[in-house]
Amino acid sequence: MKSGLYGFLFAMWVLIILGGGIMVVLLGPFTIQQFGEFHWIIASGIKVAIALILVVIWILLLSKLKNWIFKKELNS
Amino acid sequence: MIELIIPAVISCLLAFFVVYFTTPPLIKILAKKNYAVKDMNKKENVMIVRPGGPSIILGIVVSEIVLYGFFQLNEILAIIITTTAAFVIGYVDDRKVMGGWFKPVTLAIAALPIIFLGAYDSDLAFPLFGDVQIPLLYLGLIVFMIPITGNTINSIDVLNGVASGFMVIASFSLSICLFILQNYEIAIVSLPLGFVSLAFYKYHKIPSKIFPGDSGALTFGAMYGVIAIVGGVEIIAAIALLPAVINSFLFLSSVKRVVEHRQIKNPTMLTPDFKLMTTDDKTAPVTLVRLILAGGPLTEKQVAHSIFKLAIFSGGLAIISAFMMVVSI
Repeated sequence: MKSGLYGFLFAMWVLIILGGGIMVVLLGPFTIQQFGEFHWIIASGIKVAIALILVVIWILLLSKLKNWIFKKELNS
Repeated sequence: MIELIIPAVISCLLAFFVVYFTTPPLIKILAKKNYAVKDMNKKENVMIVRPGGPSIILGIVVSEIVLYGFFQLNEILAIIITTTAAFVIGYVDDRKVMGGWFKPVTLAIAALPIIFLGAYDSDLAFPLFGDVQIPLLYLGLIVFMIPITGNTINSIDVLNGVASGFMVIASFSLSICLFILQNYEIAIVSLPLGFVSLAFYKYHKIPSKIFPGDSGALTFGAMYGVIAIVGGVEIIAAIALLPAVINSFLFLSSVKRVVEHRQIKNPTMLTPDFKLMTTDDKTAPVTLVRLILAGGPLTEKQVAHSIFKLAIFSGGLAIISAFMMVVSI
């Protein structure tokens, strides 16, 4: 079980790094200009929505990974 | 450099020795008032006093006030105010059992001084890929971060010495990362957390003489969260905290709701030779300790050491991530 835990930790770390990459590549350059002085608020709102979707995907992936790693460990 | 070394040494010594010398009288006072709870994992009916929060917050406040005398940073004020507020919230919960909503909501309010003092940078820094500007989202992150770190440390406070020992490893890892990133002032400001945790660990390790209680655990977690925000190392801080994050994640994904830890079933039980083993009760939550025990019964000390090894592993990943911050692709 302990090796499974280390594997899970490592997988979480990799997912954080990759998630960061998506955030920087996808959210970083995202801007809106056509809403006057409120453009940054609207752009931030869209960024919040995308970030929340990413977090949900991250949690679902972790959940699947957790089941896969620990079921494999318990069966061995 | 000398102008950084002197405050660092003074604050670290103060942080360590204030907790080291104030905890024994606190234990006596709490014992006299009969503020004690049963240690569930001992064969005899052992009562342990709590909370150790007052000596922990004293060590933090004294050392941070001294650092403020040297640096006059708003970041230090944010640490002092938010951490003290977290201590008060925890102390209220220690004295009077509050609902599951109490700690998350009040800790979110406790995070507001960070915003009012402007002690943050709204760029979120990721290893390898660089920064992303999220001004509005970052305000939400601040408000969420303190309840998350506070409750994460609180949820791992399940065995003798685990919360304080884990905090020693995580906070020193975070300080090393801040030094690697050349954020020297915040690195020095972060050091007292490690030294306070280390001094408290002396009395909290197996067999515990005192438990930190919610006031101690929330103080540890909130200060860790504030350092992550004011130091701009939110992602690295999350990585160093991963074993505790896994514990919360496993707990929430099995319980499926925010619930006060006193209301849940114990996921472990004692064998006849007083080792810890996982319970057969399928309705009990899945936790980090339960997973560690899935391989067979272990002593409390062995489980604690397994958690510390996981903390060292994730601390190593955090340090690697700090080096990855320096480069970008």
